[in-house]
Amino acid sequence: MGIDQTLLPATKDEAGIITTRLDEVVKWGRKNSLWPLPFGTACCAIEFMGVVSSKFDISRFGAELVRFSPRQADLILVAGTINYKLAPVLKRIYDQMAEPKYVISMGACACSGGFYDNYATVQGIDQIIPVDVFIPGCPPRPEAILHAILKMQERIQKEPVTTQARPRRHEVVDKFKDN
Amino acid sequence: MTTPSNDTERHDALVADIRSRFGDRLLDVDRSFGDCALIVDRAAVHDVLAYLKNERRFNLLMDIVGVDCMDLATYRERFELSYNLYSVPDDLRVRVEIAVPELEMDVPTATDLWKSANWAEREAFEMFGFNFVGHPCQKRLLTHHEFKGHPLRKDYPIMGGQWCTSTSDLMDELKESN
Amino acid sequence: MSDKIDIKEFVPRAGETKPLYRSADFDHDVDPARDDFNEGLTLPDINTEPMYVNIGPTHPATHGTFRIYAKLDGETVEKAGVDIGYLHRGFEKIVETKQYGQVIPYTDRLNYCSGLTNNVAYCKAMERMMGLEVTPRTIAIRVIIMEIQRIMDHMICCGAAIVDIGALTNFWYFFNAREKLNDCLEALTGARLTYSYTRIGGLAWDLPAGWRDSLKAALKDVPPAIADVRGLVQKNRIFQDRTRGVGMINTEDAISYGWTGPCLRATGADLDLRKVRPYYGYETLDFDIPVGANGDAYDRVMVRIAEMEESLKIIRQMIDRVPDGPINVDDKRVTLPEKHKVHTSMESLINHFKLVIEGVQPPAGRIYDATETPNGELGFYIISDGSGHPYRIKVRPPCFYLMNTLKFLVEGGMVADIVAVLSGLNIIAGELDR
Repeated sequence: MGIDQTLLPATKDEAGIITTRLDEVVKWGRKNSLWPLPFGTACCAIEFMGVVSSKFDISRFGAELVRFSPRQADLILVAGTINYKLAPVLKRIYDQMAEPKYVISMGACACSGGFYDNYATVQGIDQIIPVDVFIPGCPPRPEAILHAILKMQERIQKEPVTTQARPRRHEVVDKFKDN
Repeated sequence: MTTPSNDTERHDALVADIRSRFGDRLLDVDRSFGDCALIVDRAAVHDVLAYLKNERRFNLLMDIVGVDCMDLATYRERFELSYNLYSVPDDLRVRVEIAVPELEMDVPTATDLWKSANWAEREAFEMFGFNFVGHPCQKRLLTHHEFKGHPLRKDYPIMGGQWCTSTSDLMDELKESN
Repeated sequence: MSDKIDIKEFVPRAGETKPLYRSADFDHDVDPARDDFNEGLTLPDINTEPMYVNIGPTHPATHGTFRIYAKLDGETVEKAGVDIGYLHRGFEKIVETKQYGQVIPYTDRLNYCSGLTNNVAYCKAMERMMGLEVTPRTIAIRVIIMEIQRIMDHMICCGAAIVDIGALTNFWYFFNAREKLNDCLEALTGARLTYSYTRIGGLAWDLPAGWRDSLKAALKDVPPAIADVRGLVQKNRIFQDRTRGVGMINTEDAISYGWTGPCLRATGADLDLRKVRPYYGYETLDFDIPVGANGDAYDRVMVRIAEMEESLKIIRQMIDRVPDGPINVDDKRVTLPEKHKVHTSMESLINHFKLVIEGVQPPAGRIYDATETPNGELGFYIISDGSGHPYRIKVRPPCFYLMNTLKFLVEGGMVADIVAVLSGLNIIAGELDR
């Protein structure tokens, strides 16, 4: 069920009372109800459709409630190539998301530009927004996407619960100062 | 149903017709690989296209292809523009090609003949820098509005990415004339 | 209750927190469709200035990244502007640095809903350029995989198109059958979406053992899925109201706009390259070309659903007619020699080395070759300078010209119709922007 060990009562006799730390509960709830925003642009988005539909069924990991509004989502799943024309849009959508927010970069194009190393394609979305989990593959298999969701959950469980206490992941090159 | 075998004869007839009508404005004919390409004078391209569309029933403009001939062994001018035409009633294809010098890239628009020419010409404009005279809204299509240069030219660096800092509104497309 | 309704009842005034809708004193007898409903209304509070709405580039109903900017008068789209290029990946620039064989994976990602069709279309153009006749076995396999992809592409398009109008169930019906077909293609190619299965002059490898039986089993799920979706949609009042007469276009305009494929056939024209200019023995197969009548969004979806059944017919005919024999042409210019010969014969070693290092080298010249893909005519215009790298490859993507038409289809309609029109066109951003 994904319940953290600290949440379980020690013995059966204690059933009905759970003692835990508040931040553990918050993190437990947070990681098991990720609301993803699929920022799908290309081939990977089709594969993400496959993950959402019945056979692979992302809802087993509590992340099936796909939101298309950044204000309602806490996980942005960048699926597909980001080019220079789309870069400011991605940045703005990320900025619109409320904390806590997490980023999964799905597929070779989002991670590094893939085999489109040319004038049109951004060579990795980590130049624009901070990324938590990278998924390789062109496109990644559905299992890899589910694996990334699990990795994301692990990370949420490990990190401090408040935004202030969470370390900045890394400095993002600020290419959009004017905005 | 037409078979490819009589394409040659029909292309022959078409070439003869164009030659009799346009004379030396038809510069050359390229018949390689069974395709038929009419290489015409740049000044006459609109007349040829209009004739093909109106009299010879080439009613489907498949594509407008720009080519930078800088690295080709033989070429007339630096750029080349190629119109891919298809006749739905006759099931026949033909290409019309023109050579365009680098310093004078004005080409008459084909948007008055085929509506599909609109975006095709915008793409040729942004990728190579052709100037389509009379085009209703000639602006960048695939690259962003802050992009400088023409990326499919051979001298444009392949890694020459340019950051875009804002999104454009599309008010110019909402004008009544467009 | 009087017959007259004061419009102010329904419009909140500044500074008042009045609910828009009050069930207690709402006049249920008033029928908005009645002629005198609007009589005597004054509209001083309603803002009649045009409103500008931006849809996209990541709107869920666009299934891809493009942007529509609309000037609205009430709910009517007065003018619309369409902006594309949000998935422009520089295909045409980067292939100029690759070998001809290395272009095949890039073609997968043009129309990523039917990658195999693009593979075949590109290889077909290259083979015509090099004067190669592919073997009968390869032809049969290519026809089968192209038609499987046609079914799968239409499944995504129709499923998503109907979802956009509000019917989610169809999507699962189609996707379940599609997963089965996808498993077959995965067994064949090793990939789920970007297959890169064809090679110039043949295929990457032969059919695995028992593949045709598993395909037959997977195909059994397709007709029930089609029947289920048809049952839910075809006579559905909501679906009809949303799509009939929406985004209509006549054949003449459609051709002028450069339409091909199912969208053109929905207007009544029976232009299909598989019939008009048959390749790969399509003339020997028994299948029909479904055409529509009105050229509206309804016809575009229904033509696709009918085409899926025709593709099924083609696969069923071809599946038992796959002849034995080699899959690659016996031509040193394109086909790698067998491995044991590379190890034993000097000529084969050199041949292998040259093919890997220099790649396939077609004769200098230019060629345009077109294939009927699920979306329409996909053309490759290839210019070769005789070296191992393409001088220029221009793709003629079918939905580029469909998208060019969008603003004219939606202008004058309701803003909600944009979604209904757009989804029926099946715009795939990968081949739209390249």
